[in-house]
Amino acid sequence: MEKLTFEFLGGAPVNATRAPALVGVVGSGNLEVLIEPVELGGRCAVEILTAARGFGATWEAVLDDFFARHKLADVRISINDVGATPAVVSLRLDQAVEDFLGGAA
Amino acid sequence: MDAKTLLEKLFPNGSEVAFDGLYFAGTGESSHGKVAIIGSIDAAPIGVELAFRMAGEVLRIVRDAPGRPILLLVDTQGQRLSRRDELLGINGYMAHLAKCLQLARNNGHKIIGLVYSEAVSGGFLASSLLSDRCYALPESQVRVMNLPAMSRITKIPLERLEELSKSSPVFAPGVKNYLKMGAVNSLWEGDLAQRLAEALDVPPEGDSRRQWGEEREGRKLARGVAERVRHAAG
Amino acid sequence: MTSYYESSARERLANVLDPGSFHEFLPPTERVISTHLVQLETPAAFDDGIIVGRGTLDGRPVLAAAQEGGFMGGAVGEVHGAKLVGLLERARDEKPAAVLLLVESGGVRLHEANAGLIGVSEIMRAVLALRSAGVPVLVLDGGQFGCFGGMGIVARLCDAIVMSEEGRLGLSGPEVIETTCGVEEFDSRDRALVWRTVGGKHRYLLGEANALVADNVAAFRKAAISLLDTKPDLSLEALTEEHEKLGARLEKFGACRDALDIWSALGIEAPEGLPLLEADAFVAKVAGRRA
Repeated sequence: MEKLTFEFLGGAPVNATRAPALVGVVGSGNLEVLIEPVELGGRCAVEILTAARGFGATWEAVLDDFFARHKLADVRISINDVGATPAVVSLRLDQAVEDFLGGAA
Repeated sequence: MDAKTLLEKLFPNGSEVAFDGLYFAGTGESSHGKVAIIGSIDAAPIGVELAFRMAGEVLRIVRDAPGRPILLLVDTQGQRLSRRDELLGINGYMAHLAKCLQLARNNGHKIIGLVYSEAVSGGFLASSLLSDRCYALPESQVRVMNLPAMSRITKIPLERLEELSKSSPVFAPGVKNYLKMGAVNSLWEGDLAQRLAEALDVPPEGDSRRQWGEEREGRKLARGVAERVRHAAG
Repeated sequence: MTSYYESSARERLANVLDPGSFHEFLPPTERVISTHLVQLETPAAFDDGIIVGRGTLDGRPVLAAAQEGGFMGGAVGEVHGAKLVGLLERARDEKPAAVLLLVESGGVRLHEANAGLIGVSEIMRAVLALRSAGVPVLVLDGGQFGCFGGMGIVARLCDAIVMSEEGRLGLSGPEVIETTCGVEEFDSRDRALVWRTVGGKHRYLLGEANALVADNVAAFRKAAISLLDTKPDLSLEALTEEHEKLGARLEKFGACRDALDIWSALGIEAPEGLPLLEADAFVAKVAGRRA
């Protein structure tokens, strides 16, 4: 397993009372994404535990794209991954944001 | 220890037990009066017939000997593995046995389990683990699966499992691990008739295994997690 | 129509219970994960593969748990088991109309085998204590991994079971039997054989499943509502009756080699056609013929 952390700056803070969202399942080729509002001084923090070692650069690229689509701030994203492909990761991240922002404030 | 030697040590004042194949049942004279005995020998695989038979004996005890303590002396290599057992619903036969023991418990019968030889996986679940308190002889063997098989299935290297099992009781075979995790209350050594007398003196209690597991530092999470769910807000 | 089989545990809970009524205890944000998996360098899940909480069903208060087969086959580890035990004990305090168990499990999680086995044993004791206190426990079984191992015993300890044909119920899974006893004992890749041995239709015919429904969450919900007034009965009379039924099963079907032989012995004409029938047509065809 490998633990990776990333941070993004320059996003727009979300309503701190928004309900957390969880999508996906920790199964082979899949991942779970938990997204929750946390006071982080305007940062968006991403923490990943992955079964597949050595893919830090790939994760960074996927997350860069994600942040370009969704400029979040004061949000923590936590991921448990079992070797999902970048496409699946992007899909789950988008689903998580949709649930999170679409849910009750 | 074989079942006959065990019975002599548990009941020096005598016991009347009928052996039939892998199954036996009867009564023993303890310091607290008669105790009902249900058991198996030769690491019996527990299939539909054996589970059914044990359940029938429990019902008979509830009917004919109200309040009599029940001692389970089950030697099992686990559930019987066969398509026929699955076809006939073996899990339902085991559940039926569990329900009958609960009926006995609800009617004031004390249920004592003693692992005297082997207790494995589903066979253990359907027998000694259903008792109020499960005890074991120190030389008995208790497990779900041996480490080489576990390594094959989980794809975790055997060396890693062996290394970890030195400090963690969580997955490796061994009665001491089950003691540490609270599933086995204590190991019976010395005068077995005396140990039985002590067990018969224990007042009725709920399922305290999580607490013992926590106190013995073998199962540190279960009690707290269950408690949090039980009392969570909302 | 949402497939129960294809849904995740969270989706099942959301769709079986009244809309928006579910409230989770120890949600993923609490991160109550399995430290044992982490120690073995195996990814853990924030809910340890089981969701527990309260909600309403047809307006009545219930407690509910759902196992996620996608995570380690829904297998029971220390935290997973303790969450379910805590829920069952909470039910003893709160006396809801019922407890719903949306099971999907291969049984004990081998990575923490001893903790899992003891956990299942505690679940068994807690189910029995809860039923003794008068609260019914209802099982829904229609997930991809079925319900096996210790959870197969747990399911049969409960008051009622709702299954789809796709749901499976047993003790030792076909793969386990094939691995241990050989392919001639049980060919786990023969899907027709697997389904007619451990699938919902056979369980319904034996009288183990109380309802056989189509694979959609609305059908499971409807069946669960219809069973809400089940009264737990662990009396000597009830268990003596169960004992006689199980004894009769051994006598009548003990020599049968295949589910088809049992269905035939039940007096069902052309039993080989049963697996092809939709749930409603199947239930109609076998009416009055169940064991």
